[in-house]
This record gives sequence, structure tokens and C-alpha cells, in this order.
Amino acid sequence: MTVTQVSAGWVPFAAVLLLAVATAGAALDGVLTARATGRPLVGGLLVPAAETARLFRQRRRTTVAADQLLQQFGSAGLLIAALLMVTVVPLGRWTVADLTVGVVWFNAMDVLLWAAVWLAGWGPNSVQPLVGGHRFLAQALSYELPLMFALTTPAVAAGSLRLGDLVAAQSGLWFVVWMPVAFLVFCAGVVAFSVWGPFSAAVGSGAAGGVLAESAGVDRWLFAAGRYALLAAGAAFGVTAFLGGGLGPVLPGWLWVLVKTALLLAVLVALRRRLPVVRPERLAVPAWLVVLPLVLVQLLVVSVVVVVRG
Amino acid sequence: MSVVTGIVFWVLAVVAVAAGVAVFRVDSMARATYALAASFVAVGLALLLLDLQFLGVLTVLMMVMEMAVMAIYMIMFMGMNPALMPMSMVHGKRPALAVAIGTFVVLAAGALLVPWPSRRGAPAGDLVQSLGEAVMHSKMLVMMTVSPVLFTTIVAALVLALPRGRYDRLGDDLNGTGRRERSRR
Repeated sequence: MTVTQVSAGWVPFAAVLLLAVATAGAALDGVLTARATGRPLVGGLLVPAAETARLFRQRRRTTVAADQLLQQFGSAGLLIAALLMVTVVPLGRWTVADLTVGVVWFNAMDVLLWAAVWLAGWGPNSVQPLVGGHRFLAQALSYELPLMFALTTPAVAAGSLRLGDLVAAQSGLWFVVWMPVAFLVFCAGVVAFSVWGPFSAAVGSGAAGGVLAESAGVDRWLFAAGRYALLAAGAAFGVTAFLGGGLGPVLPGWLWVLVKTALLLAVLVALRRRLPVVRPERLAVPAWLVVLPLVLVQLLVVSVVVVVRG
Repeated sequence: MSVVTGIVFWVLAVVAVAAGVAVFRVDSMARATYALAASFVAVGLALLLLDLQFLGVLTVLMMVMEMAVMAIYMIMFMGMNPALMPMSMVHGKRPALAVAIGTFVVLAAGALLVPWPSRRGAPAGDLVQSLGEAVMHSKMLVMMTVSPVLFTTIVAALVLALPRGRYDRLGDDLNGTGRRERSRR
């Protein structure tokens, strides 16, 4: 299955598709919350629409001596990064940008979040958001290197940084089968850069809402939508790099990508209700002393297999 | 150069220079840091125009990460909230200006006056691979030497900048648990 680059006219379609998948993730979280609190499930399903209506009518909150430019860039940065991430992810036979360095591009876009989340915390000139922003950077120091090596692993196996080649290299065997550690670390990285679930200390109640403590209206909507879009974009990339992308029987490739992305996204969204929040300073030791060596061994195993196989 | 490439180049060039100027004109460390990041991102994207995709994307990746960490350090060492206290981003104006102008004149003169050689041979088919081979084969020793030196420099700079840090007060016992126990006894 060769991947062709579609014309720039399809870019809005790709953006709408990402937002639709992200909305589905938000709706799923709403349903799970409704079920956990014993409220009607339909109400949970409508949470994305209700939140959008609520936040779009809400005023921006302004604080004293706030740096609004940086704050607004930070709030919008998550959604921008997610949109840029999916440009390299092929939807079956089509892709928006067929970069030869697609994997590095994804990595560079997730690094943009270092800036975005911290700026969203810095901007309001208020203690709790600033604490949240610093927490995110502390967490980023723990997750980024394992994530980078997890991204390297499929690229080494495929001998290419182009996502289309990654999918083609999985026609015999999906990468998740023989690089499970890299896949798990990648998923943890996606959850971490989306400030989600166990890695949501930066927006957690421990700092009175952290980065989001002073955020209201459109800014808050952008940040929330950005988190779901990041989870969706991360899931789409994970499907491409580890779960065979559009490969699969009967159904067309694009539908397989969507089905697998939806399933992986559902797992990532559901994680939030299953795992407690990890404090960033506690994360550093296991991340550097356990996870990083594990993912390096995974990379070594894959490299040896690649060399032996020729 | 097609028209679109030309427009993209000029937009990126203007953004890079304007953001670079902004670094010294703004009065907040966060703004100065991220203006520098924006300047580097524009340079990284300009590298894509030279078909140096790997180097271009890597420049964006590295620079955004570096600036995010640098902002933290700058604010940490200033020990104040520069958002509330606007400050000048320029120190030692005259020598800095002299060095900057001197460097620019030398580099610009070099770019304009040196007779550029015409291209010999063709670019490699797979630039990422040839870059990797260049770095890992012939330049391997340089890379292996440079990285520990860089790392040592960073640690040494931190120690020098923060002579009375936590290590000075607590030694290896950074959490202070031993000290607390001693005081309890």
C-alpha cells in the first residue's frame, strides 16, 4: 500500500476529522464520568457540546499584569501542536504531508508542548498556574527521553523515518508484537504530553487547577480541546507506528486507521479513571532508572534483530 | 526558486530577524526567551527549503526544548518575578554592540567577498542516511568528546552560578532527612 500526498485543499478536512475524533474522546470521558457518578449517560454523551456552549459564552478572565499574548499562545498551542502532528499520519492511502522525517516531525511537535503548557501557566501572572507550568516541565524531563527512544524503535525496525514506510514494514507482523515495551512507553508519553490521567498533575486539584486555575472562556476551551486532540493525534500516530496503520482484512485502509485510533483513544481516555495522579518529582526516579533502561534494551533487541535479519 | 518558495523564504527570514530583534526590545524574560525560540523555529523551517528536512525539524525540536528549560533557569536565578518588574534584556551595551556589529561585518563580508566554489558532484539520495554516516563514522570521535565536555560545562556553570545552593547547605543529604533526625535527637 503506497501512501500518496493529497493536495492542500484537504487540510481543513484532516483538521475536522481530528476534531471529530477528539470530540468522540471527550464524549467518552463524559459518559464514563456520568456512569461513575450515577447520572444519565446521555447527559455525559453531550458533555462536549454543553462545555463548548458554556465556555464560548463565558468571559475571559484577566489577572493583574498578565502576559496575555503568551497565555493565549500557550492555551492555543496544544491544539496547534495536535493539528501539526496529524499532518504526517497517513489515513490509509492518503497523507497531508509525506515527510521523509515524519517521526522526527511528530517528536518536534510534541516538544512544542513544553513551551505551550508552561506559557499557559506563566501568562496569568498567578501562583497556581505558574506552579502547574513548572510541574509540567518537571514531568516533561521524565517522559521526553523514554518517548524519544520509543519513537526511535519502530523507525529502526523499518529503516525509515517516513510513516508510510513504517506501515509498509508491518505488513508481515505488527510492531507492537515484537516491541511491546516501546509501545507502552509511547502510550505513556502520549498520556503525559496530553497532561492527562496519571500525568495530569500540572492541571490537577493539588495546585487548585494548576495551569487552568485562572483560565476561562475560549482559552479554557482551547486548552481542553487541545488535550483531547493531542490524545487523538497520539493515538493515530501510535496506530500507524505500532498497530499496523491501515493494514487489516476486508475493510479499506482509512477505515482501519479510524477504527484502531478510536479503540486506542478509548483506552487512553479510560485510563484517567483507573490510575492515580503521579507527582512529577516522584516520576523522575522510576522514569530515568527503570523506564529509560527498559526502552533502551527494547531498542537494542530490535536493532540486533534488524542487523541479524540483514 | 519558485514564487511560493520565494514568499515562504522571505516570510521566514523576516520573522527570524524580527523575533531576534524582539529578544532585546521586550522587557520580560519569558517574552525574550520565547522570541528567541520563535527566531530559531523560523530558521529551522527555512532549512526545510534547502531540503535539509532532518536538520530543519531537529532545529525546531532542540531549540524549543532548550528555550523552555532556559526560561526556567533564567527566572530561577533572577529570584524575582520579572512579570511584575519589567527589566531590560541588555547588559554591557557598548561591548555587546561592538562585538555584534564586528561579527556581522566579518560574516557578511565573508559571504559577499569569498569566491564561492561551484558545486562538485550531486547531493546524496538519502540525506538523512548520509548525515548519520558522516556523524557516526568519521566524526564519531568528535561527537564522543564534545558531549561530555558540554555536559561538564553545564554542570560547572550551574555550580559556579549557585555557590550557596542546596549542596552547600546539605551536602549529599539533599532532602535534609538526616539533619532533621539529628535535630530531633
